[in-house]
Amino acid sequence: MITKDKQNTLIWLGLAISAIVPFLFPNHITLLTYIWVMIILALTWDMLGGQTGYTSFGNILFLGVGMYVSAVVQRDMFSSGLDRFERVSEIVVNLNASEYFISLAVGTLSGAIVAVLLAVILGSGILGMRGHYFAICTLGLGHAAAEIASGIDYIGAGSGMVTPLYPRELLIGKEAFYYYAFLLVAVATFFLFRKIYQSQFGLALNAIRDNENKAESMGIHTTQYKIAGWSISAFFLAIAGAGIGNVIGFIDPVEIAFSGPTFGVWMIIMAILGGKGTIWGPVLGAVILYSAKETFWTYLLGWDKVALGLLILIVVVYFPKGILGYFKDRKQLNNSILSQKGEG
Amino acid sequence: MDLLNVKSVDKSYGGVIANHDVSLTVPKGKIVGIIGPNGSGKTTLFNSIVGHHPIDSGEIHFNGKEISSLTIPKIARLGMLRTFQQTHIYDKMTCVQNMQISSDIDSNWKRIFNPFSKEVDEMADELLAFVGLYKKRFLLAGDLSFGQQKLLEFAMALMKKPTILLLDEPTAGVNPTLINGLIDRLRQVNEEKGITLLVIEHNMRVIMNLAEHIYCLANGTMLADGKPDEIQNDQRVIDAYLGN
Repeated sequence: MITKDKQNTLIWLGLAISAIVPFLFPNHITLLTYIWVMIILALTWDMLGGQTGYTSFGNILFLGVGMYVSAVVQRDMFSSGLDRFERVSEIVVNLNASEYFISLAVGTLSGAIVAVLLAVILGSGILGMRGHYFAICTLGLGHAAAEIASGIDYIGAGSGMVTPLYPRELLIGKEAFYYYAFLLVAVATFFLFRKIYQSQFGLALNAIRDNENKAESMGIHTTQYKIAGWSISAFFLAIAGAGIGNVIGFIDPVEIAFSGPTFGVWMIIMAILGGKGTIWGPVLGAVILYSAKETFWTYLLGWDKVALGLLILIVVVYFPKGILGYFKDRKQLNNSILSQKGEG
Repeated sequence: MDLLNVKSVDKSYGGVIANHDVSLTVPKGKIVGIIGPNGSGKTTLFNSIVGHHPIDSGEIHFNGKEISSLTIPKIARLGMLRTFQQTHIYDKMTCVQNMQISSDIDSNWKRIFNPFSKEVDEMADELLAFVGLYKKRFLLAGDLSFGQQKLLEFAMALMKKPTILLLDEPTAGVNPTLINGLIDRLRQVNEEKGITLLVIEHNMRVIMNLAEHIYCLANGTMLADGKPDEIQNDQRVIDAYLGN
């Protein structure tokens, strides 16, 4: 078994490599950025989906909300407001360096706060529902949000909107900036979530997963814990959303912001693939799924989706608890054999 | 002083009358038993008391406070806990984790993101040793035998330091040797920790030994109550069990 010290050494080594990778592969920075994005998506989904056992299909809502709120703040903070005869989707705002970064920071934070408020409001309504009923209820969230966003002219309606251009002539280019920004957010998310899962709060989430009736009868206010967990997820997911909007440079309600078939499904598959309910599972799943997706796309174009589907099928059939779940079970089996021999 | 006071409680599911005009009192510090044939409404009564479902009419007082409209977690926090007929444990967590999460976690919100304190860990170890599960403490609770899970559930309830414990058939499915140990521990908990017990039990030997006062339910109504030997010789109770 890997001890905690060794694990930390490995983490620092991994981070050191990640920090210099952009210099080694300058042409693939955006691709590498997306690995960090995927890690954040999988980690945040797993808070409720894995640790609490509440499968949510609606987390994409918080991603899109973060994206839109941030983009609007970035657009309107330093410019004179909308010309009502202009087409919103064609507005491109030019900001100087300090304006750009200040509006980005304020926008990201506002997006995160709005997402948390949404999680609390929606959560108090639907997190009282148990298991499958909750899952079904969340199916509509992303769709509804996309429909609503498509009807609001202020954010470009169905044609979407453009995020401000990255200021020119800076020491650090756009790709590198967002690579390091996402690296930072992903690492912060990872360490914070790890601390949460080792705390009393984390064990309460696990208790809800294993037996919610028991948790309630022992005096745990289960709905409050679920809402708190979902809000923490929403916070980091919205930050990721704000970043993604700026990396792509264009936000569209159906294809990008509230895109269920891509980000929405990926975050679930990645967490399950790596092993839901573990801290390393979503990280591993994100790296494997995204690498596989890009590799298949490069070498098996046309058949890439089939290959990806096959990979998911193999994992679900042979490793139903995910890659890490499989090893965790084996470790637990060893423990029980040991204790039966009287050595435990 | 009466710790728990149930006054003419009615509960029906659609047309099925599960409890009709049921009253009982549990004095502080005593062990009280509830017996009755299968389907006589014992577990329904437990569910009504702990707030699992609203009652149709009647009153339930705990420590002088009306609790029949409170939710399960609120009643649990007042110091009334129950165990289940079928074991309810957190099966994918280890025994120690089961014990830790049963401690009073959210009384202090500031500490909620901290790990469990040393006192909690020590108390968990002590109580696991008390019920004889110390050696199995790092096993998943779901891998324990049914009888061991019942013991774990009992220990988990003790973690909360309850004033009253409602036990739904604590010895069902537990092997005969373990039953004797369990009776001793129930008595010990009652005497040393001063925890009042309200016990549903089918095993007559157990309940006659344990309880100081016994209520007998039949067909949803209170048939008789009295000291163990009175109940044992009550013709109505014998008839109810033999099906007359």
